[in-house]
Amino acid sequence: MEKTHKIKHRSVGGWIWVVVKYFSLIFFSFVAVLPVVSCVITAFKTDEEYASTNVMQLPESFLNFDNFVTAFKTAHMGRAFINSGIVLVFVLLGAIIVGTQLAYVLNRFKFPGNGLIRNLFLFASLLPAVAMQVTVYKIMGTLGFINHLYGYIIMSMGTDVISIYIFIQFMENIPVSLDESAIIDGASYFQIYWKIMLPLLQPAIVTSMILKGVNTYNEYYAASLYLQDQNIRTIAMSLYTFTGPLGSRYNLICAGVIISLLPALIIFIICQKQIYSGITAGAVKG
Amino acid sequence: MVAKEGKAAKQKKPFNLAKWAKSREGQKTIIIIAFITIPLLLLLVFTYLPFAEMVKFSFYKMKYATPVEKRVFVGWKNYIDVFKRDDCFSALKLSLYYMVGALLQLAIALYLATILSFKTKCSGLFKGLMFFPYLISGIAIGFIFKFFYTRGYVFDTVLQWCGFNLNDLPYWLKDQSVNNISLVATSVWRYFGQNMVLFIGAIMSVDKEMYEAAELDGANQFQQFIHIILPSIRTIVTLNIILSITGSLSAFEPPYVITSGANGTGTYFVIMNEIAHVSQKVGLASAMAVVLLLIIFAATIAQKLIMKYLFRNADEEDEIKTKKKVKVAKGAN
Repeated sequence: MEKTHKIKHRSVGGWIWVVVKYFSLIFFSFVAVLPVVSCVITAFKTDEEYASTNVMQLPESFLNFDNFVTAFKTAHMGRAFINSGIVLVFVLLGAIIVGTQLAYVLNRFKFPGNGLIRNLFLFASLLPAVAMQVTVYKIMGTLGFINHLYGYIIMSMGTDVISIYIFIQFMENIPVSLDESAIIDGASYFQIYWKIMLPLLQPAIVTSMILKGVNTYNEYYAASLYLQDQNIRTIAMSLYTFTGPLGSRYNLICAGVIISLLPALIIFIICQKQIYSGITAGAVKG
Repeated sequence: MVAKEGKAAKQKKPFNLAKWAKSREGQKTIIIIAFITIPLLLLLVFTYLPFAEMVKFSFYKMKYATPVEKRVFVGWKNYIDVFKRDDCFSALKLSLYYMVGALLQLAIALYLATILSFKTKCSGLFKGLMFFPYLISGIAIGFIFKFFYTRGYVFDTVLQWCGFNLNDLPYWLKDQSVNNISLVATSVWRYFGQNMVLFIGAIMSVDKEMYEAAELDGANQFQQFIHIILPSIRTIVTLNIILSITGSLSAFEPPYVITSGANGTGTYFVIMNEIAHVSQKVGLASAMAVVLLLIIFAATIAQKLIMKYLFRNADEEDEIKTKKKVKVAKGAN
């Protein structure tokens, strides 16, 4: 009742505001979507169509998947998807185990060096990744990690302040009395971590997995340094195939780009809420 | 007697160690060491060791493959070069473009976040559409925008729809008067949705009753923004404004993936990357990295001071809150 009452009595200024509001939303949504949509349009065009029509003209058929097939084959994207999958599984598994364990120890125990370790991680987040790669590259070389998937995986597992903070924040809200009663029941600290903390941390784990997952999936700079060989390229890396001689065949390139961002799109549609909350949680400290 | 006791203690020691390992204290130490070793090792090997190496390398003339004994110690020469060469330090002035872009991006994000925090139809859809660019990989963005800005392609077509003549339009990535702006725009495009989601999160954490009370008092949405939303999220807004300064100093992705730094778009890090991995002047690149890191540290310390100064009152409030929290936590302990 009250609502209809309000709408009836909206002032002229109120109406202008409504128009401005929706105009802004539509405008910025259009801006956000346009580059991607133009890419989708082009991905469905045959070579002749691409050469003869304007880029914004719709393709004759949205069922022409030839470019997708060609792009998938030329960039060896099948292999790349497998590699990205392997990297994701191990990096996420490693980062979650390492991150939750560190957070557990930092949050639940007082010991000399606790503050120092927190500060070491915090300080590390200040160092820009690109600058660090100047010398990380040398160390990766010394360790024999270059051009090996495991080297890249081990490197990617480290230095992730944001998930550690998400875990610590979350643990602060898990009452210590739970630990204490478990101790009285004779549980070891590892059992407390494994049977109490990990299950209760699940929402935080999902959040940080999605954030870290998207970052890992999209990472290309370090990958371009350490994963040069064709058969160990990740999806982001596989797109480099389209530089050079293929550099102007945009119908093919666009198809490749669209294939590469489909997994992110699917995850986004399924896990919107977790992604948003991850962004917000990560920003508080980061 | 004393000797006997000493003997007894000695005999007890191994027994004690086993017992200690079983005791709470011992278990605590074991679990701390077990859980901390790997993350700390990773942190040291991939962050602090490279950091130390970087400082060391910056005093040498060397390539990645140069064996240790053939590195030439050159003292401060690399640092002097950083400031003397035309392509190094002067590249930092491009950061200004990225700074302006970052501020614009924050303004857009704040505006949209405010709109979406009021009742809006399809707000989930709008939010999703504007956020999605954040999830696209940098390299894909490079291709998308090379295509987008190509002469006569997407951007030009849209401008022609708006009545512009193609001949009046510049080459967006080649023309040195606009190409940096074109690149900054891609960065704004990529991150404004992410910033918006962040601000929406901050706005949502404001007590809902405040809006309801304000609405009952007849405050319109603009007044609500000025008097309720803005004060309550000023910390995160200021934090982001300040972060955008350090962020723009280390701008790298847009020029790296779109123009590879050609036609005067090479930011400091793009040039450093090239010096390191293409020309393999590792010493000079390390010196460049160290110089920028020092600038970033200085900026970070300045940020902390500014934040402290700006929010000294809010801090006091926070302190009271944290004290309460600590009390609660202690109570739980």
